[in-house]
Amino acid sequence: MTTTIRIQAGDFDAAAEARKLTDGRRDIGAVVTFAGLCRDEGGSLAALELEHYPQMAEEEIARVAARARARWPLAGVTVIHRHGKVAPGAQIVLVVTASAHRTAAFEAAEFLMDYLKTRAPFWKKEHRADGSEGGWVEARDADDRAAERWAD
Amino acid sequence: MKAVYFASVRERIGKSEEVVSPPPGVITAGDLVAWLAGLGETYAHAFDNPKIIRVAIDRHHVKHDALIAGAREIAFFPPMTGG
Repeated sequence: MTTTIRIQAGDFDAAAEARKLTDGRRDIGAVVTFAGLCRDEGGSLAALELEHYPQMAEEEIARVAARARARWPLAGVTVIHRHGKVAPGAQIVLVVTASAHRTAAFEAAEFLMDYLKTRAPFWKKEHRADGSEGGWVEARDADDRAAERWAD
Repeated sequence: MKAVYFASVRERIGKSEEVVSPPPGVITAGDLVAWLAGLGETYAHAFDNPKIIRVAIDRHHVKHDALIAGAREIAFFPPMTGG
């Protein structure tokens, strides 16, 4: 079981990260790769700036990954989250889950994303296309509800 | 103990961290939020809606009723918006 967690400013290669989980293995039947991208919000957004709590971000994602591993039979988990300025169209977050069967891989990937949204200490600030500061993105109740559905 | 601030809380207070020495009556994370809010105008603004403020003690999420005794680093921040 491989768990990789990285917080980084730079971009990532989703396909390469997925291959790292499956290289040399013959027991994995399913790999789910989820990438979250920055939207331009109808052309109004110039960039998102992601602030994070160093150390806690890695540790909290590791705790969430441990919960996923306890819940589903996973062969591998990779989570990469970027910080700093991200332009529309660019990738922000990557979750890769690998398992023998697809249900575990799909469910674990959703679980990881739902929990990342509500527990990983990251905050998005908007920079508007017109040059003004757009302020902090508000947390969405829908994200809280999405995480709550996994409560055991 | 060290207090650290993130996102809108950091911006409103105007600093990212500081050493704080709350009085003995400040026992829980929620007490600490209320005490910080009384430190001045910028703090009052940062904590104007204390219910939504999230607290982490030594890099673990806690509820407002968590005890702060023994904490080395306490973080205050708005609901998270990563992912």
